[in-house]
Amino acid sequence: MMAVVRAHPLALLALCLLGLGAAYLFAGLGPNAGFILPLRATRLGGMLVVGASIAVATVLFQTVAQNRILTPSIMGFDALYVLMQTALVAVIGAVGFTSLPKALKFGLEVGVMITAAVLLFGTLLGRGPRDVARMILTGVILGVLFRSLSGFVARVMDPNAYSVVQSVTFASFTRIDATLLLIGGSAALAAIALAFALSRRLDVMALGRPVAVSLGLGYERLMLLVLALVALLVSVSTALVGPVAFFGLIVVGLAHALVGADRHARLLPAAALIAGIVLVGGQLIFERLIGQQSTLSVVVECVGGLVFLWLLLKGRVR
Amino acid sequence: MRLAALLTLALIPLSALSLMLGAASVDVAAIGHDPQAALIFWVSRLPRTLAVLLTGAALAVAGVILQQIVRNRFVEPGTTGTGEGAALGLLAITLLAPGAPIIVKMLVASAAALATTFLFLRLIRRLPPREVLLVPLVGLILAGVLQAAVTFIGWQTDLLQYIGTWLMSGEFSGVIAGRYELLWIAGAAAALAYVYADRFVLLGLGRDAATNLGLDTERVLHLGLAVVSIVTALVVVTVGMIPFVGLVVPNLVSRLMGDNLRQSLPVVAAGGAALVLACDILGRAVRYPYEVPVGTVLGVLGSALFLWLLYRQPAR
Repeated sequence: MMAVVRAHPLALLALCLLGLGAAYLFAGLGPNAGFILPLRATRLGGMLVVGASIAVATVLFQTVAQNRILTPSIMGFDALYVLMQTALVAVIGAVGFTSLPKALKFGLEVGVMITAAVLLFGTLLGRGPRDVARMILTGVILGVLFRSLSGFVARVMDPNAYSVVQSVTFASFTRIDATLLLIGGSAALAAIALAFALSRRLDVMALGRPVAVSLGLGYERLMLLVLALVALLVSVSTALVGPVAFFGLIVVGLAHALVGADRHARLLPAAALIAGIVLVGGQLIFERLIGQQSTLSVVVECVGGLVFLWLLLKGRVR
Repeated sequence: MRLAALLTLALIPLSALSLMLGAASVDVAAIGHDPQAALIFWVSRLPRTLAVLLTGAALAVAGVILQQIVRNRFVEPGTTGTGEGAALGLLAITLLAPGAPIIVKMLVASAAALATTFLFLRLIRRLPPREVLLVPLVGLILAGVLQAAVTFIGWQTDLLQYIGTWLMSGEFSGVIAGRYELLWIAGAAAALAYVYADRFVLLGLGRDAATNLGLDTERVLHLGLAVVSIVTALVVVTVGMIPFVGLVVPNLVSRLMGDNLRQSLPVVAAGGAALVLACDILGRAVRYPYEVPVGTVLGVLGSALFLWLLYRQPAR
């Protein structure tokens, strides 16, 4: 059995995900299938998109940061997206902003987010990650700063617009909007495809800056491109379900254990598939067996937080 | 000592401003003969100002003590999970015994805060000794896990609105006479810390050194933890968690006057009071007559200051 897993891990993961997805769609349909199927399909699609986005974003970010316990959310990416969203609402005015077509709105948010993320994290990572603990702490505190700023801007702009911000401070995998899923899903898929296309260069990048540069890799440009992809993927996942801090850490850790960390061509799909399995499987358990719709995100957060603590205490900062 | 004088001087106009500023317009000069003005002044303005001063001073002192105990400059009750622990205890007692008197709630919250701080100390003992910055990081993640638990339980039991104010978004808009007096206990606990100031300095030298110098290390440690937990729990119970005060003020004071606590503790207390009062006034003024919670204002200012400290100070 283990030999089979070792030989074809990706195929097995894909099969597992297919089975879970089918179970999620068709288990216990009952007479109202016409109504329930589209609803379930939206949720399933959302979970797959979000899972793959978070997984790929985490792998990419860990490669850029040369570190195995970082995730974009720990470094404040999600909070940055929420801040950009709030700032846009404040600048354009709540009325004007909410009446914009969703695609344009999302495009604006993502554009602003990519610019901000590349500027900020480009400078943070540009000098090379020397003092990792300081960098993580910086990210965590930046997250606090962004969240407080969002709260501040929201309070200052208008008590009514406060609900816009409040709705995105609590993650839920069941709150997926179908229109946004189409827009965000296509953007995320494009970004993931690009990441896959880059996987060989990412392998070189993972060797560390000096080695990668001496092998002729255009390090700076690749770093900025990867950061932009991370920003896009985080925007998609945060827009769809809200901020999720530690999920990527668990998923990518599992992927490392299963396929190793040396080849992105295997690591990226493995992480994306595992993310889908955890989300769909978890949602199946919580929604159908326990009857708790929105607890999955909280459980994932708690478990992920504990895993992160354990990694820190083991001294696995490098 | 000039610093202490400066801060005290700054506190006078700040307090006056705080007494005059609020949603209702009150002519402070008319308190003597206008019963309406007198009511607002005695029931809302004065208690609120006192609550802010007490909170700021007590939190800053708690931060200093915690930094001496942990021997790390980057910890405060908000980055060790202490505040979240207090919130968890408060939530538990609210669910199990909703009718419990406030003093019982306070004790339970303090005990939970104490337990969390002990857990934190246990955790950081296992860290590699050279990694100074991992200590606050572990505390922040611990706080995050506890916060997720609090949010989850609150969400299951429909108390989310009720507990929203406990975590990171403390505000003083709800303070009126009869609802803030617990903070005097926090102030008293901070004052007690001043009596033991020198012993906390010794504790900051490390266990062995302090014991060699004849200090009853365990007792001082437990006293310090008790002060920190009581202050944190009382602040959380009364106004909600207020971040970064205990972190930023002691660090700034220490940069200016070093670590002789006997001298610097009063300055730290005055500085904390001034900082929180200034932020509270800002929160009241920026979108008058609406208010921005002081926790949010400090979240912005405090995290910016903290980042500055992080990059200014050589990592020790």
